[in-house]
Amino acid sequence: MTEFSFWDILRNLLLAARWTVVLSLVSFTGGGIVGAALLFLRIGGRRGMQFLSRGYIQLFQGTPLLMQLFLAFFGLGLFGIDVPAWLAACVALILWTAAFLAEIWRGCVESIAKGQWEASASLGMGYLQQMRYVILPQALKVAVPPTVGFSVQVVKGTALTSIIGFVELSKAGSIVTNATFQPFTVYGLVALIYFALCWPLSKSSQLLERKLNVAHRNH
Amino acid sequence: MTYQFDFGWLIDSLPVLLKGIRITVQLILIGAVFGVALGIACAWVRALGPKWLKPVVATYVELIRNTPFLIQLFFIFFGLPSLGIRMSELTAANLAMIVNLGAYSCEIIRAGIQATPRGQFEAGASLAMTPFQTFWHVVLVPALQRIWPALSSQIVIVMLGSAVVSQIAAEDLTFAANFIQSRNFRAFETYFVSTLIYLALAILLRQLLAGLGWMLFPRKASR
Repeated sequence: MTEFSFWDILRNLLLAARWTVVLSLVSFTGGGIVGAALLFLRIGGRRGMQFLSRGYIQLFQGTPLLMQLFLAFFGLGLFGIDVPAWLAACVALILWTAAFLAEIWRGCVESIAKGQWEASASLGMGYLQQMRYVILPQALKVAVPPTVGFSVQVVKGTALTSIIGFVELSKAGSIVTNATFQPFTVYGLVALIYFALCWPLSKSSQLLERKLNVAHRNH
Repeated sequence: MTYQFDFGWLIDSLPVLLKGIRITVQLILIGAVFGVALGIACAWVRALGPKWLKPVVATYVELIRNTPFLIQLFFIFFGLPSLGIRMSELTAANLAMIVNLGAYSCEIIRAGIQATPRGQFEAGASLAMTPFQTFWHVVLVPALQRIWPALSSQIVIVMLGSAVVSQIAAEDLTFAANFIQSRNFRAFETYFVSTLIYLALAILLRQLLAGLGWMLFPRKASR
């Protein structure tokens, strides 16, 4: 039987952490795009569309991410596709991220005073022009800290993809544990690597919030 | 798509599902009560507690908030036995949920306490209350009232997150779903049904917490 040194364990975990990073980036980018589309429908679309996107957001915020992963994994399979774990992981995480980002951004857009909408409408701007030139530039400033804060949730969310068999940091942790019988060390290291990924994001979210002085504007 | 949906298994599997629901509900009830209690204790430490304890609590909160629940669970269930601390799956699941919610609710409650005007503490002191009495009787309840919606959301998030405890073989709703789909080979339908149950539980829990907030914090207290 081969012996694993501490360095072997750490190296394998760090190699697997690449996939956590890649998956987080893909989910966050994809979720951002889908979330922006949802946002446009949620606040400006037709009644039916507003209703649909609200339902979508409620559905994805009201069910466990794990179940969404299972449904993506087995649901895509119903179409006769052979679903690799990474595909199901990406699809589920993008849809999940989109729901949360759309809701966060909606709050930011709604924090913009109603007069801004009315003023831009009085200048003859259409909905998309209002969003592009008046609302979004202001909302963006409010949106940065909570969006960065949510990225932490995305990184942590990727841990669940290990359950449908995608080999990222958590799955690597389980595999290495099974090989080394050192769960305390391995899971401790896994936790520290996640911490190293998430903590800078959390901190920068806090700093941005303070810098942009959003939370205390009304005090 | 030629797949035929089949929900015929539902009747036979009902007892298993119900047991899973019961465990999930039990987990979140215990988790919420002790988790929020831990959160209050930690918020007290961070606001008024002894100086040496503050960095300890801050580290705990940051560590928990920046690592996935799954890893916390694995660490407790698989890692701690190396130190001689062994526990059953359900205990580990409960402990993980309490520790997790404790950290999040600490941050939430702390925000509520920070929003309390300084004068409230001074008013308490001028009535010869000890700092702890002021905290307990004067500061805490309005703070809780202020952050109740955020705290409720967090409890619902922890409930949804508890789906993961099936991974250490705690027999919650997800565990039941895994068990059922391994028998009927109807994975999609099984997970679909359990997803709907989770959705119903989330809505129910939200209503319950809203009602509880209504009872605990009558309107007149705020304005």
